[in-house]
Amino acid sequence: MTAGETQRDAARHVDVDVLPAAGVEVHGAYKAFGALTVLDGVDLTVAPGTVTVILGPSGSGKSTLLRAINHLEPLDRGYVSIDGDPIGVRRVGDRLKERPEREILVQRRRIGFVFQDFNLFPHLTAVENVAAAPVATGAATRTRALGLARDLLARVGLADKADVHPRRLSGGQQQRVAIARALALRPSVILCDEPTSALDPELVDDVLEVIEDLASTGTTLIVVTHEIGFAREVADQVVFLDGGVVVEQGPPSQVLDHPVHPRTREFVGRVL
Amino acid sequence: MRPSSPTVTPDPPDAPAAGPDLTAQRVIPLRRPGRWIVTVVVLVVFAQVVHGLVTNPYYQWDRFAYYFFRPVVLDGLLITLQVTAASAVLALLGGIVLALARQSSSPVLQVLSWAYVWLFRSVPLIVLLLFLYNFSALYRVLGLGIPFGPTFVSFGVTTLGTDMVIAVVGLSLNAAAFAAEVVRAGLLSVDAGQREAAAALGLPRGFQFRRIVLPQALRTIVPSYVNVLIDLVKGSSLVFYVSLLDLFGSVQSLGSTYPGDIVPLLVVATVWYVVVTSVISVVQYYVERRYARGAERALPPTPLQRVRAALRWSR
Repeated sequence: MTAGETQRDAARHVDVDVLPAAGVEVHGAYKAFGALTVLDGVDLTVAPGTVTVILGPSGSGKSTLLRAINHLEPLDRGYVSIDGDPIGVRRVGDRLKERPEREILVQRRRIGFVFQDFNLFPHLTAVENVAAAPVATGAATRTRALGLARDLLARVGLADKADVHPRRLSGGQQQRVAIARALALRPSVILCDEPTSALDPELVDDVLEVIEDLASTGTTLIVVTHEIGFAREVADQVVFLDGGVVVEQGPPSQVLDHPVHPRTREFVGRVL
Repeated sequence: MRPSSPTVTPDPPDAPAAGPDLTAQRVIPLRRPGRWIVTVVVLVVFAQVVHGLVTNPYYQWDRFAYYFFRPVVLDGLLITLQVTAASAVLALLGGIVLALARQSSSPVLQVLSWAYVWLFRSVPLIVLLLFLYNFSALYRVLGLGIPFGPTFVSFGVTTLGTDMVIAVVGLSLNAAAFAAEVVRAGLLSVDAGQREAAAALGLPRGFQFRRIVLPQALRTIVPSYVNVLIDLVKGSSLVFYVSLLDLFGSVQSLGSTYPGDIVPLLVVATVWYVVVTSVISVVQYYVERRYARGAERALPPTPLQRVRAALRWSR
């Protein structure tokens, strides 16, 4: 077996520790940018430990919805709760009030986020990228955090790239480092915003395999993607978003194979 | 034309290349005679300038050598370095505060920061220094206390405002305005995704700024801030007008005592300024290298490493 094969093999059999899983609820999410309404009252329930894939044409509000879940994009109306705990806001009487930034930062530590453009810190090596959050938040000592980071990199098949700066990695490798970084604080929900859209086609599968393996660790996963095949194989629930509203949702066998709504039918027909 | 000789006329597209195998030899690089001519002309002009410097008796190189290490001149140099160093630190701190204020969500802070930069970039340094020099005539006492209420501590402006303090305050106020724009440009140069990623990980705010944003911003800040620094070195020659004897001041006063030596004295000052600027440039090179980590695939060799490599190669 060649070195390349062992590495791919490692990537295929990622064996992340069992991660905690939390339920996510979106209640009446409404968001407008000026005159443009991006989310027009989205309700969504994600059961703990399940995989939800959000589909929709571009501009349908899928990324905004995902970013609203960890409060990177504050909502105008409505709220998101994780295990019943409202994220970024607090209930005061019968109103919602934005929390101080420090509390929001603490809440985000249980939510992993994987960006389309990776957003790795270019001045830090791969292992420093992964260890940054545990060190900065005091979750682990520097030595322990670096050890944990090496383990995580090994689990995404990048043990040999630990001391390399991101710019020397391929897109697929960078995204796997970004996934390891998102796992470093043992989140109970992981959000992936089009994790393979910035990748060359031949690198997509490596990243999807890592995400698939995450799905089998029991954590809660919400993925915005255009990869219908991934949705069909891995998703417990597929949500089709268009014009800022949930048009259709259900198991992949229903939404992808027997869509009821004409807009879903048109979209699925176009993508497949 | 012999059919076997290589030719520059294109072969007809379908015919196989006749004659020798064109792929066997290295491509001959284009010759550039114009470049050689320009190089020679520049070298001749340069040699003329050097020759003029060395042979023109009015430069009085013996006087230059005499003055170069005079204690008066070195004391002046020390004052220049002190004033510059103190102002450089204060200006950078002020610049960071101003840049953060400009980026804050408070419109009042934004406007104040903008107004500061607008005002102090507009006022000539010499005017600012003279203004401060006469400050004690405007405000006799400065105090700390409750605004518009009782005062707890107060200082007489005349005792506080030594010439050194006036010089440092004046230079810092001026340079902070420029430093603010340098720092702001640096902060803007960091991709918004970096802040988002740091926020999504829940990194504490201080950590986000110190460990994620600032190190990346410094790549842009360092070269521009060195410009501010070098401006400070030379701008500090104006403190002579608030009766501080810096490098330029001591040379100037020596010159008024010995008018015949004014040219060698000016050369002494020039060479010292060049030395200081050169040292700063060398430091800049290594600081930039440090903050280039991760930005390029491999760091370029330092000049020293290049020299060593060249020596090894020639051996």
